[in-house]
Amino acid sequence: MAETLLDKIWRAHTVRTLPSGQTQLFFGLHLIHEVTSPQAFQMLREAGLRVRFPERTFATIDHIVPTASQARPFGDVLAEEMTVHLVRNCKEFGIPLFDLDSGRQGIVHVIGPELGLTQPGMTIACGDSHTSTHGALGALAFGIGTSQVRDILATQCLALDKPKLRQISIEGTLHRGVYAKDVILAIIHRLGVKGGVGYAYEYAGSAIEAMSMEERLTICNMSIEGGARVGYVNPDATTCAYLKGRSFTPQGDAFDRAVTWWMSMATDPGAAFDDVVRMDAGDIEPMVTWGINPGQSVGVGERIPDPVAAPEPDRAAWSEALTFMSLQPGRPIVGTPINVAFIGSCTNARLSDLRAAAEVARGRKVAKGIRALVVPGSQAVAGAAEAEGLHEIFQEAGFEWRKAGCSLCLGMNEDKLTGREVCASSSNRNFKGRQGSPTGRTLLMSPAMVAAAAIAGKVTDVRKLLG
Amino acid sequence: MSQDNVRRRIVGRGIALPGNDINTDRIMPARYLKSVTFEGLEAHLFEDDRRQAADHPFNQTYYRGASILVVGQNFGSGSSREHAPEGLRRWGIRGIVGESFAEIFFGNCVAIGLPCLTLNAADGGWLMEAVARYPEQEILLDVENRLVRFVGRTFPGMIPDGARHQLLTGTWNATGVLLEAGDAIELVAKRLPYVTGY
Repeated sequence: MAETLLDKIWRAHTVRTLPSGQTQLFFGLHLIHEVTSPQAFQMLREAGLRVRFPERTFATIDHIVPTASQARPFGDVLAEEMTVHLVRNCKEFGIPLFDLDSGRQGIVHVIGPELGLTQPGMTIACGDSHTSTHGALGALAFGIGTSQVRDILATQCLALDKPKLRQISIEGTLHRGVYAKDVILAIIHRLGVKGGVGYAYEYAGSAIEAMSMEERLTICNMSIEGGARVGYVNPDATTCAYLKGRSFTPQGDAFDRAVTWWMSMATDPGAAFDDVVRMDAGDIEPMVTWGINPGQSVGVGERIPDPVAAPEPDRAAWSEALTFMSLQPGRPIVGTPINVAFIGSCTNARLSDLRAAAEVARGRKVAKGIRALVVPGSQAVAGAAEAEGLHEIFQEAGFEWRKAGCSLCLGMNEDKLTGREVCASSSNRNFKGRQGSPTGRTLLMSPAMVAAAAIAGKVTDVRKLLG
Repeated sequence: MSQDNVRRRIVGRGIALPGNDINTDRIMPARYLKSVTFEGLEAHLFEDDRRQAADHPFNQTYYRGASILVVGQNFGSGSSREHAPEGLRRWGIRGIVGESFAEIFFGNCVAIGLPCLTLNAADGGWLMEAVARYPEQEILLDVENRLVRFVGRTFPGMIPDGARHQLLTGTWNATGVLLEAGDAIELVAKRLPYVTGY
């Protein structure tokens, strides 16, 4: 019988059915960082437990790390304390840590794929909702809370209900200036921020198949913004080519055997889904959010919507969002003034993202009064970008070139909005207060669109700058 | 399992928090995640929302001592931070009832013994208004019988079988149950090609 990737991975990792009816599922890869792990290690100590498979957990430092300078000790004593605890916990329990001096530090969802830790057919968990990112390589990757981090440390397993599966098929070709970020924003706009609750998303169709691995990572990253805890793309030749030669990827004959197994885990032709949604890639425009959740977006050529026209259940939410954002319904989104431009985050801080933004920034200048920063997703991304001179393009244009970390996506380090600043951001959440100022405002868009906004000082259609 | 961990029925006064898609950044702003413990989080619950709205439910003295939170749709969306349910629990919340919950948040609540029951939209809307009108009355969350009762009205309250079982048997801290699998865990690991080197 034809099976989906979800079916196959679930079956291969099932330890047993629990008395509760849930599945005890084995996890092949566990990633941890400094924010959601310290309490889990403490719970482990209090229960007198050890880490069951220390070689299957990997750690890095990303959320609180400063990006102006990564020199220790950090100026922020709380950030320093969290880092000290992570280093100590990893040492005590024998967990490998990609520390700041390793050359391999970065945002956990950037380094997993980059190091080849993330592989098709795996189950992956991390105490971070954007763990869905890793599904781009054909894995089932779950964002979890701290109690579940404890469960994985102690048992390498979780108690889970199997999700339903929705295939989202994107057919056709994207127009120039339309990126993976626009595709996922368009999907969330269509299905809503809670449309995916209870589902895993399988992204398929010719537009997804044509995407590079980095583009697929952007798509899967924001599955959770559509309510789906898990999102994946079936492994294919692009996946295998991406993995070849990476640090933790098997080498030689083992690689060939791995490819055979990886490809066998893909959804079989004719497999059934609980739901199927089809969209046309050619219909997608560069997207910009106008509200306070990632589903509240419009195409860059459109106008800010009027709550009067909203479906009744959404009317109050649209009004609340527009009031918070101080945006006028009926006005074009183009021309909305910004104060800050942020290129970074686990959604859009990989080399191809920086290249796309640099293509826009090259030979141009950031508008007067705009604070613009580029925060690479990892030390490796930073190194690769510098090797091809992208940092100089950004710096000449007036962007700050920073060290790797989560940074202004969630404002846990020194990078924050101030007061009611408006930020054009390549990150994933436009929630109230998300970027470190309780009244700060976020407009989500692709990295190229952020670069265009930085240069114009306002929301701009990047296609006009691409020639 | 200790009887103290069993969550069969929760009774307490309600606190009505209207609105959909209230995410964990709003429940617990990220700056309060800069700690290696969960201690003191209750002081920062909804801090930014409360400062921007004097009429926020968590600012109202008449809701002090409430232990059952009434919410709308997709409560707890966004970040997986367990600091959000921990803040609620430490503030005194013992159960949550709403129209729907984000998945990671729901799992985090169960993992700390905080039952979440869902109602249909009509019942949820009625309960939200009724609790705001009668904050002195107690709500019953009946996990065992999947019911929610308030001022004489009773509604079906939905909860998945697995979570319900964990709450009724006091096994919501899953570590113990997962450890009971013993060597079966290693047996699964050993048949996975990526564990054995392909």
